[in-house]
Amino acid sequence: MADVRLPGTLTPLFSGLTRRTDVDARTVREAIERLNEQWPGLRDRLCEPGPQLRRNIHVYVDRERAALDTPLESGSRVDVIAAISGG
Amino acid sequence: MPRTLLLIGTRKGCFLLESDADRRDWALRGPFCEGWPVYHAVHDPSSGAIYAAAASEWHGSAVWRSPDLGETWSLSSEGLAYDADSGRKLSKVSTLAVKNGRVLVGVEAPGIFESHDQGETWSLLSTLAGQPGSEMWDDPANQPPGHLGISALMFDDEEPSRFWAIVQGVGLFETPDDAESWTPRNKGLRADWPRPHEEVGFCVHKLVRSPVDGDRMYQQNHVGMHRTDDAAHTWVEITEGLPTEFGFAGATHPHDRDTFYVIPLDPGHGRTMPDGHAAVWRTRDAGESWQRLDRGLPQRDAYVGVLREGMAVDPYDDPGLYFGTSTGQLFASTDEGESWNQIADYLPAISSVEVAVIE
Repeated sequence: MADVRLPGTLTPLFSGLTRRTDVDARTVREAIERLNEQWPGLRDRLCEPGPQLRRNIHVYVDRERAALDTPLESGSRVDVIAAISGG
Repeated sequence: MPRTLLLIGTRKGCFLLESDADRRDWALRGPFCEGWPVYHAVHDPSSGAIYAAAASEWHGSAVWRSPDLGETWSLSSEGLAYDADSGRKLSKVSTLAVKNGRVLVGVEAPGIFESHDQGETWSLLSTLAGQPGSEMWDDPANQPPGHLGISALMFDDEEPSRFWAIVQGVGLFETPDDAESWTPRNKGLRADWPRPHEEVGFCVHKLVRSPVDGDRMYQQNHVGMHRTDDAAHTWVEITEGLPTEFGFAGATHPHDRDTFYVIPLDPGHGRTMPDGHAAVWRTRDAGESWQRLDRGLPQRDAYVGVLREGMAVDPYDDPGLYFGTSTGQLFASTDEGESWNQIADYLPAISSVEVAVIE
């Protein structure tokens, strides 16, 4: 299980979604897919068609900048960050 | 007694301002849509739903829907995207139109998506491919400041498969057959710049149609006010008498085809009301003459702008006019624009104002 931490801007959009959730996945992409199965539409809030991560969504795995194909291990910490932008 | 509902899209969410038929006292609700920038919010009389086109800098574009006049909201963007291999990117949903339960949304890069299930799912209807000028708007390297998108959609009242679309910086197009075919409708418009195509290259800011005469439309253009008496087949300029040729917002009188309202702005970078004096301008003779209407509006240091969807008119016998500013004020008039009251302040920058009368 990966320890996935989501941005506070995401949780109000999906009923029951919490900022911290355990996900059984082998990559970041798979973690997002698992979450999307439970909360349909969540993938589109984090990814553009392709898929690729949205420009202002950054992902870190165990504090290292990650991409969709970054592998996860049991106990990996995944931080999904809404990057500082806008005003 | 009917409820009068103003739908206000702002840079920080959607707000609702509600009154009764008297339209004297107003109560504000919101912000809705989690504070996402809302570019246009509309009411669908057939279902009672409110739709709001929004684009988050973090979470992308989506259309929000409230089935109960703002009590609850949900969002969807399922299908609201170009194919990854098309080279087109959907960066913003700009404008909405509803008719008989069908919802259209105009997007940037230019395209129109539709929903037949109350905004649950979307599919691409048209990119106006092959129209003159499309080679420019299909080229990402050609995107000017402000970008190119579908900035407005307008259904025909009688024929549901007929509607008009504005391609920002390119011109007005009409389809009679649900986007199977398109025709540019820009004949007679002015453009003060070179154009590679005779039929397009016009900067249409706002299109409105008289509810009592479908052939009568008014257009605020980047350069000049224009009128058509033949449903946009030909246009004539009616700028003379206005303080500037530039502006965005416009509204037609609901019962008189010759009465139209516009808010002229300085045409430079500021795009605010000239000399800091706020005013709406009205014609009662289809643009032959114009009257300045400013009673109750700020007449000193009021450097406010009003965007293309920023003015609306209700259908009462004594119609109410409303406009929202780039600095978060909302003004209303129930005497044909002769006098104005400020009915909201301290809102985020206002992108759109629409009005619904709910029996």
